[in-house]
Parts: sequence; C-alpha cells; structure tokens
Amino acid sequence: MSQPFRLNRGGRIDRHAPLQFTFDGRPIDAYNGDTVASGLLANGVTLVGRSFKYHRPRGIVSAGAEDPNAFVQLGHGARTLPNRLATVTPATPGLKVRHVNAWPSLEYDVMSAFGLVAPFIPAGFYYKTLMWPRRFWPLYEHFLRHAAGLGHAPDAPDPDRYDHVHAHCDVLVVGAGPAGLAAAHAAAHTGARVILADEQAEPGGILLSTCEHVDDQPGPNWADATVAKLSAAPNVTLLPNTTAFGLYESNLVLLAERLITDQPDHAGSEHGARIWRVLPKQIVLATGAHERPLLFGNNDRPGVMLAGAISTYVNRYAVAPGSRAVLFTNNDSAYRTALDLTDAGIPVAAIADVRSDPDGDLPSEARAQGIPVYPGAVVRHAHGGRRVAAAELCSLDGDPLGTVECDLLGVSGGFAPALHLHAQARGPSQWDPTLAAFAPKPGHGIHPAGAVAGELELAATLRQGTQAGATAAAAAGYSNGNEVEAPGANDSTQAPIQPYWLPPGNLARAKPQFVDLHEDVTLDDLRLSLREGYESIEHVKRYTTLGMGPDQGKLANPLATGVIAQLLGRDPASVGTPRHRPAYSPVSLGAIAGRHIGPLADPVRVTPMQEWHQVAGARFENVGQWRRAWYYPQPGESMHDAVARECLAVRRRVGILDYSTLGKIEVTGPDAGEFLDRVYTNAWKRLRPGRCRYGLMLGEDGMIFDDGVTARLDDQRYLMFTSTANAAPVLAWLEQWLQTEWPDLRVYLTSVSEHWSNIALAGPRSRDVLAAAGTDIRLARQDFPFMTFREGHVAGVPARVFRISFSGELSYEINVPADRARHVWEALVDAGRPLGITPYGTETMHVLRAEKGFIIVGQETDGSVTPNDVGLGRLISRRKDFLGKRSLSRPDSVRPDRKQLVGLLTDDPAQVLPEGGHVVDAPGPRRPLPMRGHVTSSYFSPVLGRSIALAMVAGGRATLGERLHVATLHDDRWLPVRSCNPVFYDPQGARQHV
Amino acid sequence: MLLIPCPWCGPREDDEFTFGGEADIPRPTDPDALTDEEWADYLFMRDNRRGRHREQWCHTAGCRRWFIVERDTATNQILGASTYDASP
Repeated sequence: MSQPFRLNRGGRIDRHAPLQFTFDGRPIDAYNGDTVASGLLANGVTLVGRSFKYHRPRGIVSAGAEDPNAFVQLGHGARTLPNRLATVTPATPGLKVRHVNAWPSLEYDVMSAFGLVAPFIPAGFYYKTLMWPRRFWPLYEHFLRHAAGLGHAPDAPDPDRYDHVHAHCDVLVVGAGPAGLAAAHAAAHTGARVILADEQAEPGGILLSTCEHVDDQPGPNWADATVAKLSAAPNVTLLPNTTAFGLYESNLVLLAERLITDQPDHAGSEHGARIWRVLPKQIVLATGAHERPLLFGNNDRPGVMLAGAISTYVNRYAVAPGSRAVLFTNNDSAYRTALDLTDAGIPVAAIADVRSDPDGDLPSEARAQGIPVYPGAVVRHAHGGRRVAAAELCSLDGDPLGTVECDLLGVSGGFAPALHLHAQARGPSQWDPTLAAFAPKPGHGIHPAGAVAGELELAATLRQGTQAGATAAAAAGYSNGNEVEAPGANDSTQAPIQPYWLPPGNLARAKPQFVDLHEDVTLDDLRLSLREGYESIEHVKRYTTLGMGPDQGKLANPLATGVIAQLLGRDPASVGTPRHRPAYSPVSLGAIAGRHIGPLADPVRVTPMQEWHQVAGARFENVGQWRRAWYYPQPGESMHDAVARECLAVRRRVGILDYSTLGKIEVTGPDAGEFLDRVYTNAWKRLRPGRCRYGLMLGEDGMIFDDGVTARLDDQRYLMFTSTANAAPVLAWLEQWLQTEWPDLRVYLTSVSEHWSNIALAGPRSRDVLAAAGTDIRLARQDFPFMTFREGHVAGVPARVFRISFSGELSYEINVPADRARHVWEALVDAGRPLGITPYGTETMHVLRAEKGFIIVGQETDGSVTPNDVGLGRLISRRKDFLGKRSLSRPDSVRPDRKQLVGLLTDDPAQVLPEGGHVVDAPGPRRPLPMRGHVTSSYFSPVLGRSIALAMVAGGRATLGERLHVATLHDDRWLPVRSCNPVFYDPQGARQHV
Repeated sequence: MLLIPCPWCGPREDDEFTFGGEADIPRPTDPDALTDEEWADYLFMRDNRRGRHREQWCHTAGCRRWFIVERDTATNQILGASTYDASP
C-alpha cells in the first residue's frame, strides 16, 4: 500500500527508512519510528479487532498503553506474543501482526451475530441463563471460551532468553514526558543515581504529540537535547520500551523492558524481555494522565478516537487518522486537536462542546480559524458500521442540531491521572473537581509530578518535574546546592472543564453506549448492576467485568466513577475507583519466569553414585529435589519382577542401597545431650559413646514430625539422621529452639548431609561383604553389636559405620566422605559379587521396611499422628519434659478411637490393596459409609508370597483380627481384609541381631 | 516485597527469610502444671493484631539467625528489628 493517509510533512518518522510489516498477511508500508498502529492508520486500516463479547468491529482508540481495542498477536510459532498493543509496538521490518478475537476473519465475523442480540445478553447473562441444564455447562463454557479468544499461546518452547535484573538507585523516575525528563535532569544534576523508565520507544511523552515549545525550541527538540544530556551522564540509566507495571512493599518497583529487534527472522518485534527489580530510595511518578472517553450511542465505532491521540498521530507520526473530523468535548484540549487537524489540512466539520460558553484562548482560536463550534451540544450517536460515517448532534435538552458527516470522531471527556503506581504505594487520592477526576494527595512519600498530579499546563508541569526531581534527590541524600532551573514554556489559560457523564434524559437509549470497550460493558450494564443492588464500585466491577480486560480499564474506570456517581446521585469522591492492581500492562510469562525454567526451575540433587546407577540401568524417582534410584530392572524384567528379585536378594543374601539422601546433622557441645533430651521423646544423656538410638521428634502439638537414628560419636558429639524430606525442616526446627528459647544451651548444629554419603549393606551376607572389601573395624558380633557405631576405614577410605537396619536384616550403613563414595560403592560391589550382592532401590527399601512394620514419616503419618497411634508409645519418656509432651495428655490425644497403625491381610493373597483406600467395617447401602481408616502402605511381599498393607484404623489395635473392608479406588468394589499386627516378618527382630 | 533489616546482615529481600509467627510467646517452664486450656492457649492462640506486631523471622538464606521484627500489619511497614538478647 502507498500510505494514502500519510501526511506529506512533519512527524518523527524517518522517511528515508521505509519498512514493511504485515497485518493478517497484507503488506503494510511504514517508516522507522512508526508504531504498528500508526502504520495501519497511514494505510487506512481502521478495523483492527472484534470486541470481546459482541464481536463488534473495533478500531484504534488511543496512541498509548490505555487502548482497549488494539490488542494484536505478534509473530508466529514459538516466538509469537499474544495481547500486545499495536499502539505501543514499534513497527519493524517483517513483523507479522494478526488480529485477535474474530472468526473466521476480521471483516466477516460469525460471532458478530451476538451484536444483533446484544440487548438480550446483559451482564451476568451467561451465569444466570446457561446454568440450566447444569450438566451442559462444560459445553457452554467450551463454546464461550472459544468465542472469547484473546490470542493464542506459542506452539513450541520460546527460544528467546528472559532475564531478571536487580538494581538499586537513588531516584527512579517513571515516565519520560516533560515532567519526567525535567525530574530526571534535576535529580541527575545533584549526582544522584537515576533510572528513567518509559514505556514508549522514544522518550518525550506528550511533547512528541503537540506543537508546544520548551525553552524557546520545539518540544521534541528539547526532549531530544535533554535525553542526550541524560544519556551522557554516567549516573543515569535510560530505559525506553520499559513499563513500570507494579509497585510493591518497600517501594520495590517492577519494570518490564521489552527488547526490540529488527531481525526479520524473529518475526516479532520483541526478542525476549527483562524484568527489572528496582529498589529506589525515592520515586518520582510522572506517569501522565489518560484522556477520558464520552458516552453516546455507538461510541465504539472504528473512527471514534481520543482527541489527544488524534494530535499524536498527526504531529508525531504524520498520519491523518481520518479525512473529515468531528470533535466532541467538555474541555479545551480538543480545540488544540482541532487546530492540529486544520494545520495538517484535515477539515474539522464541527466541535460539539458540552459547555454553554467555551471562551478560552483555544476555543477563540478555533473559531477564528472558521471551525464550526456548537456550544451546549453533545453527540447523540454515531452513524456507520465498520467505520464512523456521521455524528448526530443535539443540544443538552435533546433538540436535534443536525447530522454531520465525518470518518473521524474525536472525543475528550477530560483527563484522569494515571494513579496506578501511586495507589499501589498506598498513596491516598482525593476527588479534584477542577479535573473531575481523582488526583493524588500531596506529601505521601513518592513524588508525583505533571499530569499524574493533576497538572495539565506545560509550564507548570516542567516546574513541578524539576521540583520533584530535586526534592527526591535531596531526600535520597543529594542536596548539594546543585539545583537546576526549570525549563520554561508558555502558560496558557484554559477554561474549566464541565463534567459530562450521562447523556441527559433518554438521549441515545436505543443504541449501546460502551463504558468499557474491551469488556463490552455498556451503560445499561451499569444500570442493571446498580438496580440489582451491586452499588459499590468493586461490586459493579465484579458483576459487569468492568475494567477486567488486559487494558485494566485504564479508560473505562475513570469514566465509570462519574457515571455511577450520577446514576446513584452521589458524589464521585464517595464512589471511588476500583483498586489499581499490578500489572499495569500485560507482562509476558516468559519475562516473569526469567531463567527459572527447565533445569533451573528447581535444582535436581543427585548423589555421587548417580552415574553408576544410570549405567546399571536404574529407573529413577523424584524424592523432593533428589533423584533416587527406584529399582534396577534387568533385561526383560517388569518393575514387579525387579523389586521381587531385589527383595529376596536382601532377605537371602545381600543388597546394597544408596542412602546418601538421608539428612545428617552433627549436634555438638557440652549440652548436646540435654538438647536431644528436649527435642526427642526418649532419653539421650545416658547413651554411651559408640551407641545408636532411634528417636521420635514431635511438634509442640504432640504429633510426629520426624524420626531417625542418632549416634553418640563421642562425649560431646552426636550425629543425627533425619528423613530425606525433612533434612532442612529439622535443622530449622532445632535452630529455632536453640536460638529463641534455649540460648543458654552450649550446642552447635552443622548440616553434614552432603559431606557424608551413606551406603547401606543389608542381608545375612553383608558382614562378609564388608570384610571382603577391606576394613580395619572388627566386625564380630560381640565387637560390633546391633545399634552401635564404629569409626575406621572401608576400602581404604575413612568411614563411620553404623550397625542399624531399616530392613530388619543384618545391616551396616557406611558413611564415607562424598568425594570418595563412588570408590567405596564400587569396592563393595566388587567384593560382594561372589556373594551375589544386588543393588536395590527405593521401592525395595519400602517393601522391606513395610514387611517389618517400620513407619515412614509422611506416609504412615500426616501431621495428626501421635507416637502412641503408631505403636511407639514405649519411646515416650516419663521422666523428662520434651517438645510436644504436654499435648500427649490432651483429651483428644488419648481418645481410644484414634486411628492406630495396624496391618491388613487380604483374603486373596494376590490382591494388593490400593494405597489411600478407605477402610470400612462392612459394605452397605448407606452412603457415605462411616470410615474407619485408610491404607497407608501396600505392597506384594516376595518373601511372604502374599500382599501386605499398613493402615491407620480407628481403635484398630484393640480389635486386631477383625473383619474389615477396603474400597477400591476406581471400580467400586469392596475387598475383604483382616487386621493384624503390623510386623509381618520376623516379629521377634532376630535377624538384625545376628 | 519486604525489605527486612537483619540485625547481623543489614537490609535484605524477604526471599531470604522465613517467617516464624508472633514473638513473645515463651514456652511454659512447666507444661505439666498447665491446664488443658492454658496449654491450648500457648499452642494455638495468636493475636492476629492489626497494626504494630512483634514477630519472629529467620535469615534462612543468610546468617540463619532468628530475630524479632516489628511490623505494621496494616501497612506492611517495618518499624524495626531486634535480637533476642535485646528483647525484654
């Protein structure tokens, strides 16, 4: 296309740098410096999307981040980005832009039939009507979700890289319009470290959109000169294309910096993004204001545009957004637009001004230019389908004033400060009647300047910006008298705004009047909400979805405040505005994730023997962050076969297990024994050096928190084993008590989990393997009995060997320094080969311990289980206090019908019960059946040749041998079982003592 | 984000810390002497105060020391931090 709507002169585009992008496959010619929106308008493309609910045709409304309509899809494939605004996306060569939310095409949208029935689908319609019949809701929902598509996600992993930057500065300036530039300049001049962030590609803000002068030069020139000065300053970081999207506690500000590329192969103008986490000492807010739309019939037609945006397209981009304009306003600013249009040769057919006597400088100038001004007039509704064709004017009393043909209808309802970050900083706001909008109350920590502070005059804005920059720098400790003078500009006098919210009487009732264009919320929807009693603006929001779109209601919310106030006959100050939550603009998930993806999303922990397990063909399972060998299938073996083989090898010969993941904490100091006495249920002070003991740790509520063996290494040194998952929580728990309650105890805690690898040998031949591998420790039964510990060497490596058992067999747990562990492991495997040593994984470990009725914290226990519940009441010392002891005598802890650990044997020995299966007395017709308990562990025991299960059953220990039933999870059957002692194998515990 | 002033390491992001609930709830010296109600009060009851609140924090990813922070629960403003030695 030849850019028929490109003006011949002016603008900040580079006419020597033409480029081409595509919109829905159509080539669009534009220039470097254009946005996608200005490029589309230059080529006469006005229809850019379909609305969310009614699929009405929609066009570009604004020239910034507030646009409710111009959401597009950028790029394709893995790099595609949904939900980007054409109004802030720089046009780049080869960029592929697609519309969203229309099917099959933008011009012929099947869903626009919704528009014809719009009067029948008011707010809440779906949820009120489509609830019946209820079972059809998923079907309705599927259809509705499809109908309401807002772009699509990438179809492959994003190849771009995203990063997070942590930064500190003295003064963060948000917004690089006149106030922001002046503030950054003033602050930087003091030597303060300044970050200046602006969401647009070019700094300058409103200066790039108007013809005003600063310091006797055109505004854009002053902006360029100031930016050049700031770029050269070593203490200033300039961030264009960067949106400050959220402000959090401690004044943490999150910025999303979009990295723009012109490489066509990226087929999307962004190649990744950075999230800046900035902790400034002071913040200057120069976020500007958003122009408010006005209500009239069909006020959503393409060609209806904010007056200020029209000026931006004309002055900054040299684009004529239409060929004949009508303007509708309640303040002076639209007259400036009228003059801009006239200057550019675009006729202005009428200005409808709500005010009865607009007589400021600008209206007078417009009249002098011969522009027809209609005082006391409003636009009743817009004519036209896919584009405005005419505006029907009438007086405030409803008297027709004629229909004026136009293809561009500029509206200005005044300006509402962009309070988002101010509000997120908990800054209070007040209703400012001269703006008819909320403005920040001054004096609340962060420094607003310019339009966000309610100041719409350029000269005053520049003074305010300079002042705010200097004040912020001084508050950050930079008050060295290096103050700069505020840049100068002409003051003009503006006549006051006349708030205009509702068309008077029944004007334009017949045509929809949109308050929120993105969410298709109409004036009638607001009326309905209030009629149904949802009067708080937060309720109106939830009932109608006002402001819930990706535009966050930047245009809709300030308008809704006034509309609701008038409908309720209340002061707008009392209506308020919906809460401003982050994010201000959509932020891509890739940017939020940053580098925390793939293997960096969560670290994987492996033991020194990991490679050996892999070579041996192990299957792995994740245990927290650990990757542990699960079982070692041989060729042709199923998991069941492999586990059975491993289990029998341990019971009959010898197995070897990598148990390095166990938590290990050294507890040292003169009071270590006393400390253990306080945190464990049993007694420790009299444990002799060289001996081990099993301990239970409770929370103060008396419930089991962790269990494990602790060995007394010497007089003042213990080594505590924790369960794998609880290694960090146990250390934290011990540290907390030591530091907060018992600082008098001389005890020191050191986590040695990763220093010591742990290799478990288990089975009747394990002593022979250890001897064959070579050790200076005397292994005879009387020299090294069960539940003792010896220090020495194994396979030439210094080792701590513990004769403890989690399988019920003769067993040694061999701790060696992690960097020598692989060597010792291989030495043990080599030495054991003639004895048939078998590596086994976590699944076999679980079967072996279940055969012995040993609990696993987190499997048999769930935070509501006492020691007595699992049959370990014998470990509770009566002679001392310990954490949780008092809770064990609370009435609830001694109920006889508490769930207790029992074994379950199925009538059918081949039947393995489902873990988690509910235990009931007997099946019956009454549902739900009273639940007696649940299955906690269930396996097939190869050594017993039958299934076994552990369960927590109410009052179960007193009624061992009773008939119970367990529910299957999927096919609604009841499996008959009998309860039994939970120790299925070697109940006397003889095998571990040999 | 909260900027928490660790008495040993200085101000750090809250990512590095673990919250430990209301401070100044000492463990009873003789739990056996307490009634069930008194023990339950120690165990479960917390003030959930709006406004100034003394609470325990641990610099888990730093010096691993527990200390007391005073925070306004309505504004999340941090009013100060102290060590256990300095607390009453």
